[in-house]
Amino acid sequence: MATKNLLEAIHDGLAEEMRADESVMVLGEDVGRAGGVFRVTEGLQEEFGPLRVLDTPLAESLISGAAIGLSVNGMRPVAEIQFADFIPPAFDQIVSEAARFYYRSNGAWSCPLTIRVPYGAVPGGALYHSQSVEAYFCNTPGLKVVAPSFPADAKAMLKSAIRDPNPVLFFEHKKSYRLVKEEVPEEVPEVPLDEARVHREGTDLTVVSYGMVLHTVLEVAEKLREEQGIETEVVEPRTLYPLDRASILEAARKTGKFLVVSEANVTGSVSAEIAALVAREAFEWLDAPVTRLGAPDVPVAGFAKPMMDALVPDAAKIEDAMLELARY
Amino acid sequence: MATPVTMPQLGESVTEGTILRWIKAEGEEVGKDEPLCEVETDKVTAELPSPFAGRVERFLVPEGTTVDVGVEIALLAAVGSLGEEPETPVTEEFPSAGTEAQPTARNGSPGGRRNATVGSVPGGKGSSSSESAAALRQRRSSPVVRRLAAEHGVEIAEVPGTGCDGRVTRKDIEAYVESLPEQPVSEPPATAPLPGEPNAPETHHDAAGREPVEVHERDAVIEVTGTRRAIASRMSLSKREAPHAWTMVEADVSGLVALRETEKEAFRRREGLKLTYLPFVVRAVVEGLREHPVLNSVWDGDRIVLRGEVNVGVAVDLEDALVVPVIRRADSLSLIGLARETDDRVRRAREGRLTPEDVSGGTFTVNNSGSLGSVVSTPIINYPQAAILSAEAVVKRPVVVDDAIAVRSMMNLEVSFDHRILDGGAALRFLNAVKGRLEKLALEDGLR
Repeated sequence: MATKNLLEAIHDGLAEEMRADESVMVLGEDVGRAGGVFRVTEGLQEEFGPLRVLDTPLAESLISGAAIGLSVNGMRPVAEIQFADFIPPAFDQIVSEAARFYYRSNGAWSCPLTIRVPYGAVPGGALYHSQSVEAYFCNTPGLKVVAPSFPADAKAMLKSAIRDPNPVLFFEHKKSYRLVKEEVPEEVPEVPLDEARVHREGTDLTVVSYGMVLHTVLEVAEKLREEQGIETEVVEPRTLYPLDRASILEAARKTGKFLVVSEANVTGSVSAEIAALVAREAFEWLDAPVTRLGAPDVPVAGFAKPMMDALVPDAAKIEDAMLELARY
Repeated sequence: MATPVTMPQLGESVTEGTILRWIKAEGEEVGKDEPLCEVETDKVTAELPSPFAGRVERFLVPEGTTVDVGVEIALLAAVGSLGEEPETPVTEEFPSAGTEAQPTARNGSPGGRRNATVGSVPGGKGSSSSESAAALRQRRSSPVVRRLAAEHGVEIAEVPGTGCDGRVTRKDIEAYVESLPEQPVSEPPATAPLPGEPNAPETHHDAAGREPVEVHERDAVIEVTGTRRAIASRMSLSKREAPHAWTMVEADVSGLVALRETEKEAFRRREGLKLTYLPFVVRAVVEGLREHPVLNSVWDGDRIVLRGEVNVGVAVDLEDALVVPVIRRADSLSLIGLARETDDRVRRAREGRLTPEDVSGGTFTVNNSGSLGSVVSTPIINYPQAAILSAEAVVKRPVVVDDAIAVRSMMNLEVSFDHRILDGGAALRFLNAVKGRLEKLALEDGLR
């Protein structure tokens, strides 16, 4: 079994699906000859030709609009939005057209479309290269929104997304592209698009998290166990919309102390939805206030590194929040 | 000058009540003892009489809200001050943010809110309470702590708290319950196994860890009322704490049936009541308890307390709930007295007019399951009482009398009893005493 980082795992998943199914194709800015700005699509144009790995103009509305047209005509396009920060021009195509195509045509046309979206804070990313925009789409019935945080899951879930008959937004945290590595089997077991993953079991508190901060949460959980004997249950939703409510609630009821961590702005976030779910459905099990940790409501991580560090929850902030709950 | 009305303590061990409905409106006048609102506790639903005459100035707690005993629920302007303008105009529809309404401040130490909850909005509009979060944490409990305390019959105040500001946490409650001396269920029975003892030891399911119930599209979900929740926790407590054993006898009540048939018309004319079998059963039970006082007792860890009074509870089915009103000093009542009292309790139970006194202080319970057509039942003991008796329906059956088959009116009598307190022998001696009294009844006895 080979060790792969997140980027390689996504590349492999994409190439395998293209080999297995002729209707799978890729389109986006610099995905062809350049192999993608992050090199996710490297080598694909050589292998599959310029018509299945298509370089597009610098126009996100066109990329998603063309992908919608292709998808309702029998193709399974995988569109790449170079940075999540560039998705607003495509917003109308995604939420008004892709999300409703099946519904509006009374089930005549489905829209088997995957849109890959690299997101998340990176040093120096600032206004146009660091945002977490997933919540915009988690308010739109008809879409699926997934955000795997580990290479094997990412490979398996990209395959599931491509095979899914619905439009799927596939969020990849770009800081984890080369940083997060694990053993990835050649044949990855299937991961459905509605199942959360329990990373560790615990009795003292429950943390739900995804993206880069999930990796920090797991490190802090291990540290708290070693140093203080605090046992943390950690759950990764993997799919943000629709949520695996049953798994989240089960984990919340187990400990009665619930924290949800992401690096998105807190108000109106996916974390807010998860917190509301737990507050309502796990009320009788709660032993502490349901708590969210995320970026404050200011525009994104700053260009200056100290500013970015102050906004994105780091190990110290996560540890404080977890300890406060554990001791509550 | 407005005077506050507080949530009264509606019965022993009742700590809170839910305002089901305001009967009066704001601005309306109310006489002393006139009903002000309907209050539901985990024991009864009762109308709350106004403590004095006055005019309702404003309600401090909206309908459907549960508040602790002692919390102010309404402001009444005394009659003398009628006509005066209220000091503050009523502007808020739901003043003081519901359930936190005006706790009786004892240690209202000032000190601001701890600014710790991550992601919370600072300076949000909170309750009008001047108490700090730290002070509230010591007296108020989280949902899971309250639920576990109710399930295990634990007073939260007795549990040492290790949480933030000394609050009692889920783990504290669990550790406390764990530390309580528990009687092992595996005590070998002193007598031979009883006939038809159906209860295998129950697996202890911690509700906190139970599987969530999947709700499907065509399912209906009913939110549990305070009464239902109380029944659930009392029943679970009884089955968990008291090792139940069960036994049954058959009584030939042909004489009683003849007696009732003959007397019931005259009884209805004289008393205005329907003559049922229940008072006869209750009288036989009361006399049986006098002879076998161990059935009228309570388990208290290292001792058994035999109750001096015989206060008999009668289980009444209310379609969606079960209440057990109590006939106090039932041993001092005649048959007609018992008939009047049982009729009164059953009627008031059905009308929802039981008072907290009506449902407390029972020492033994009679389950009148025969009135619903049951012929066998295995009742759950009304914990912490020692036993419960079920009187089943009277049915005509062929039975063998003097080696010939005869048609007789038969009634099954059963007791479930706490096997820690007594054994099958004692239970059957009591049951046979009850049976003997019922079988002895004959036409010529009349209603004495």
